[in-house]
Amino acid sequence: MTAISASGLYKIFGRRPGRGVDALRNGRTREDLLRDGLTAAVIDASFDVQPGEIFVVMGLSGSGKSTLIRMVNGLIPATAGQLEIQGREIEHLSPDALREVRRSTISMVFQHFALLPHRTVGENAAYGLAVQGVNRADREQAAQEALELVGLKGWGGHLPGELSGGMQQRVGLARALAAKTDILLMDEAFSALDPLIRRGMQDQLIELQQKLDKTILFITHDLNEAMRLGDRIAMMRDGRIEQIGTAEQILNEPANNYVAQFVHDVDRSRVLTAAAIMEPPPATLGSGAGPQAAHKLMRENHVQWLLVVNRDRTPRGVLWEDDVADAVRTHRTDLPWSPVHEMPTVHESVPLADLFALSAQHLSPIVVTDDRGGVRGVIPRVTLLAAAGSGEGRWGDEDAEAPPVSAGDQPSPSPASTVDAVVPGSPALAGAGSTAPVLQESDPR
Amino acid sequence: MTPTILTAFPRIPVGQWASDAIDWLTLHAGGVFDAISTVMSSLVHSLSNALLAMPVPVGVAVFVLLAWVVRSARFAIATLVALLLVVGMAQWDNAMLTLALVLIATLTAIIIAVPIGILAARSSGVSAVVKPLLDFMQTMPAFVYLIPAVTFFSIGVVPGLISTIIFALPPGVRLTELGIRQVPEETVEAGYAFGASPRQILFGIQLPLAVPTIMAGINQVIMLALSMAVIAGMVGADGLGKEVVSSISTLDIAKGVEAGLAVVIVAIYLDRLTGALGDKTLRRGSLLAQVQRRRRRTVLAA
Repeated sequence: MTAISASGLYKIFGRRPGRGVDALRNGRTREDLLRDGLTAAVIDASFDVQPGEIFVVMGLSGSGKSTLIRMVNGLIPATAGQLEIQGREIEHLSPDALREVRRSTISMVFQHFALLPHRTVGENAAYGLAVQGVNRADREQAAQEALELVGLKGWGGHLPGELSGGMQQRVGLARALAAKTDILLMDEAFSALDPLIRRGMQDQLIELQQKLDKTILFITHDLNEAMRLGDRIAMMRDGRIEQIGTAEQILNEPANNYVAQFVHDVDRSRVLTAAAIMEPPPATLGSGAGPQAAHKLMRENHVQWLLVVNRDRTPRGVLWEDDVADAVRTHRTDLPWSPVHEMPTVHESVPLADLFALSAQHLSPIVVTDDRGGVRGVIPRVTLLAAAGSGEGRWGDEDAEAPPVSAGDQPSPSPASTVDAVVPGSPALAGAGSTAPVLQESDPR
Repeated sequence: MTPTILTAFPRIPVGQWASDAIDWLTLHAGGVFDAISTVMSSLVHSLSNALLAMPVPVGVAVFVLLAWVVRSARFAIATLVALLLVVGMAQWDNAMLTLALVLIATLTAIIIAVPIGILAARSSGVSAVVKPLLDFMQTMPAFVYLIPAVTFFSIGVVPGLISTIIFALPPGVRLTELGIRQVPEETVEAGYAFGASPRQILFGIQLPLAVPTIMAGINQVIMLALSMAVIAGMVGADGLGKEVVSSISTLDIAKGVEAGLAVVIVAIYLDRLTGALGDKTLRRGSLLAQVQRRRRRTVLAA
């Protein structure tokens, strides 16, 4: 069962908003409606959030994302469309039933923390339970556990005003966790924090998510944050969802020019994973073969190195042209492993940023493996450099007005043009890890 | 040409209407006014009797202690000096009578003002109706209230009390509404998001966060009540007001100054006391705050 399921959601502010929905369905634009005194905040939004997923809604201010998240827990009623929470339609619930859903199923974390300044940290964390009428001992217990989870053990007796911004937001998070709901709505939850603190909170959220397995709907205007946290991302503009996809899909297959320009400045090396840029090895050799076979394969494929795989597809090592030639000359029968070049191996989910050092330390291509350790592809140094830089040139700068991306805390990738100059005619970026290499003895290229 | 227009324009007898309405009310709702009169006068009299029953040294001690508990030791010392001056000017009894009037008027005003303020904060419609009414109550010259008040309640403390309440009410309503509207929207949203009922949000979030502003409103109510209580002396309410009025009619400068000074002292005392109730920074040195700090320190240590 999907955790949150929205289909054809509209939110229009103004008098008799229903006419706005009809007008939009008949093809009129948002600007047309504005002239009639109607503001279309959310237009035809459809998405599904699976249990255990972090679903990020990303958009600039005024894109309707805050309205959208408030429709999910009924703080703002939808003008049209269906919204289901765990299979339950929430649009036509009575106030009591809606309150029950909020108490038992959905909690929320706010941009400016929204703590009660006159109550202690512990009482704030227990707020959701106090509202439900849980007895004091139980809610203090739950609040204490939640505070411990977010790293605020021992702060329960302080007032929120005595805490730093980052700590206050942890209280906000603890309040949401203490309510023990399956779904967590986070409205620009880290946007009011300093970049460094924000980074720490993101890490903590990812860590908590692995432990607690909540369904999280996260709103942000920070693209880097969206890419870092989101299992999937919905890009919103002017009330409409422009694209829904994983970070890699949005980066590599932007649905339109707006999304493309938006992701233009993103730090690709932190978003793209090894799987997204790896390519099939030009030639692979079974580990049972001898130097003669290796030599033949190299000549046929015009390559300087070969990847050798075991029968279970785990990588055995990389053979180099010089060593193979030597072995053939000296009539050796075993494969001549290089005494100097080791084979670096990484899991396919490792981000690009972590590959550079590895690539610099080894001459051999990086070998990418799956969960079972089997070979999925290789990343020669040239491919790595090209992937890091290939934001440029694909979409061009014809419209200089790329949407501003909020200043992230990560350095931008090196200028693509420089890389392009060093590596002319570099292979194009492989598409989103969808190209699983075929491993054959001789893979003609 | 102007005279013809002026003579052609009818005289609108607004005053006559009001007068007629008041006559009608006196005739048909006399019982209600009698009941209000009985309740109010008994309230004021029992409070003033209680205040007067205290021996003067005990009374002074109580006010000084209150000053220390709520605000600071310095304020307590100033209170001691000022009250001894009141006693020395032989205005203690009058001051207590005025205090009783002001306290009852303030209490009644708050009981009426805070709920109206809450309603006005929750509904823009109520707010739109209430606002011009408040403007009317505040700007109508205070003496004007005295006339119908006397026709309804005859001479004495009650007409003074009623006109005091009407005159002092508006800031209580206004600042209650402001205080609630000032609560950050996100905080109220948080309440709803965690499934709080409107009632839980009012009493758990909006009112507690509005307390400083509401207290500022109550402070204003008290100050207005005090200024009106003097005017109430004109219709026979006992206390410092009556003293001032009689000193005017006899041109007794000495008595006027002494009674006036006593009014000032009561006013400043009440202002500083209620000011500290609404503003945490003002009561940092109070006995109450010291006790709270000590208790929190032991809680945090444990």
